[in-house]
Amino acid sequence: MPPLVGVAPGVVTLKINGVDCSARDDQTVLEVAREQNIHIPTLCHLEGLESVGGCRLCLVEIQGMRGLVAACVTKVTEGMEVQTSTPQIEAYRKMIVQMLFTERNHVCSVCVSNGHCELQDLAVEMGITHVEIPYLFPKCELDASHPRFVLDHNRCVLCQRCVRVCDEIEGAHVWDNQGRGIHCRVVTGLDEPWITSDTCTSCGKCVHVCPTGALFEKGRSAGEMAKKAPQLPYLQNIRKGAARG
Amino acid sequence: MSKAKVATIWLDGCSGCHMSFLDIDERLLELAQHIDLVYSPLVDAKVFPDMVDVALVEGAVASEEDLAKILKVREHSKILVAFGDCAVTANVSGMRNPVGKEACLQHAYVDLATFNPGPPTSVVPKLLDKVRPVHEVVKVDVYVPGCPPSADAIFAVVSELLAGRIPDAAGLTRFGA
Ligand code: SF4
Ligand code: SF4
Ligand code: SF4
Ligand code: FES
Repeated sequence: MPPLVGVAPGVVTLKINGVDCSARDDQTVLEVAREQNIHIPTLCHLEGLESVGGCRLCLVEIQGMRGLVAACVTKVTEGMEVQTSTPQIEAYRKMIVQMLFTERNHVCSVCVSNGHCELQDLAVEMGITHVEIPYLFPKCELDASHPRFVLDHNRCVLCQRCVRVCDEIEGAHVWDNQGRGIHCRVVTGLDEPWITSDTCTSCGKCVHVCPTGALFEKGRSAGEMAKKAPQLPYLQNIRKGAARG
Repeated sequence: MSKAKVATIWLDGCSGCHMSFLDIDERLLELAQHIDLVYSPLVDAKVFPDMVDVALVEGAVASEEDLAKILKVREHSKILVAFGDCAVTANVSGMRNPVGKEACLQHAYVDLATFNPGPPTSVVPKLLDKVRPVHEVVKVDVYVPGCPPSADAIFAVVSELLAGRIPDAAGLTRFGA
């Protein structure tokens, strides 16, 4: 016999920063926090794409759990108590953003995305006026073989949004990750020039979901590449509908 | 009240930060009442004074001359300000780092030379292997990013310094501003 009183199935209650919330049990901590207008910084997460928990900027503390967890890939559970901002979390987030700046070559003043860049915005949000970790100045390649788009590894933060949008939404799966750690790169095809890809439809979705100046349209000069994020949740639903027939 | 001794210097940068300083316009008159500009590309003094209250450093550390200058400035300044993106991040000056000093000299002085190919051997200071932001070489007290930082940001930072406070430029300017 079903219980006469109690919480409806699939609904949980939890606390985020001491605020009581109720949520569906298939939601992530990030989703619920956003519904409550509680801000958690993100970079790799993009609504309408599967979350991968790659950048770790959305780190939160959950009581009883060891270590910090990524809010974008952690499902809510009954009675959960979440803290989205502690001195430790803030310090880690600042460190992550600084590491992103040092791992590649970010020369904002001459970058196509200057003034329209999510990495820059994160630095502003976190009050980062300088980077305490020594700059690595790695040698990075640039692929301008595509007739309309350019990939510049100097600005890539490895968020994998390009990989996911091309696979999940466009269905072309042009992109992949290659290598590990500091040597990791996004590649087109089997690490071949973009132009040789047989599956790229030149839809431009990868360019417009890219949070930085790593992917841009040819002909754009410094500060001219404002991205127009496609309506991903909508496209995602269309694809799900199509898959169901 | 005695005036604050202020110096500005210019390492590997384009002078844009100094130009933006001048863009403070009529507020310069206000600042001038509280500042004694004792050393700067904008004034005549040839020798860095014994001790200044504030030194604004434009540019990255790219040559042996820059290195000697910044060590001297640090030693003789109470507050050292990394002034602009080249000083704070190495910025455009640092764009030679990924390709290396030798490749850069080869391209500029050999591949593109019409006569007398070869890097200069006198007068021009020797390049360091890597261009470095100022704080990777000496201690920096205040960071003012921006390429260049806006006149308003500079005015706000300098006003705070003159009031005896250490300003935080977060919120006033950013990388690439
Ligand atoms: S990608 Fe963003 S952070 Fe990097 S150089 Fe361009 S504007 Fe600056
Ligand atoms: S343009 Fe479209 S199809 Fe081509 S790589 Fe980008 S997302 Fe994939
Ligand atoms: S190219 Fe852009 S979208 Fe792709 S991983 Fe790099 S930063 Fe992310
Ligand atoms: S946004 Fe959650 S890990 Fe990147």
